[in-house]
Amino acid sequence: MGLALVLALIVAPEDADQGISQRIFYIHVPIALTAYFCFGLGAVKALLLLWRGEERYDLESYVAIHQGTIFGALTLITGSIWARASWGIWWTWSSNQLVLFLVLFLFYCAYFMLRFSLEDGPRRARSSAVYALFGVALIPVSFLAIRLAADFIHPTVFTRDGPQMSGTMFATFLVCWGAVTLLAYVLYRVELAGKRLDADLRELREVLQ
Amino acid sequence: MSWSQEELVAAAYAVVFLFVLVYVAIIAAKLARLQRETAELVELARRKSGGTS
Repeated sequence: MGLALVLALIVAPEDADQGISQRIFYIHVPIALTAYFCFGLGAVKALLLLWRGEERYDLESYVAIHQGTIFGALTLITGSIWARASWGIWWTWSSNQLVLFLVLFLFYCAYFMLRFSLEDGPRRARSSAVYALFGVALIPVSFLAIRLAADFIHPTVFTRDGPQMSGTMFATFLVCWGAVTLLAYVLYRVELAGKRLDADLRELREVLQ
Repeated sequence: MSWSQEELVAAAYAVVFLFVLVYVAIIAAKLARLQRETAELVELARRKSGGTS
């Protein structure tokens, strides 16, 4: 993370068009991609739960979606700050990319409402898994919206011709992406371990009492 | 309120840092709770084994 910060804030050259505000790109885009990945991972784990019926996939799916929601919130906040710096506004409803990401984020926020409204058990696990699988359909829509959008207000950096940036900028982006992915992975493992330990202790308490 | 470009870049990175900090603090609080619960259960297990032997 330290290397990523140094590269993003000091080493990477300043963008000729956007100036210093382009440096938000190095944190905003990796966080957005990580959010998509976490939601996708949550859906894969949900599919595995429905397919194999193993209970552990329920917790793994939940934690992945929880991570995705945190990174989704960060995507919206950093994106809003970047919008203020680049376009002079915090938010615009005319950009399909922004609105679709907000829809995706709210959809997964509702996942927690569904999950915590049901009693713990196989029914809750199955219902949550089905909901998580529905949500995954929104990911490609949200991801591709930037290319399908008619307003072109949101910049397209990665095109069929490759990344539209210099070599140093692209290398910085890759380091930042790796750092954010690693951070997400560590947080995922720690949260999962904590939840498993919590469940084990609850079971142990029931046995002892 | 008008924000300079530098302030907005700093704000974006600060928000991420703050989120991670809060998340780590929550995890740390949870680990402390789990540690307390583990100690309670160890005590309970000792009392039970002492009572039956």
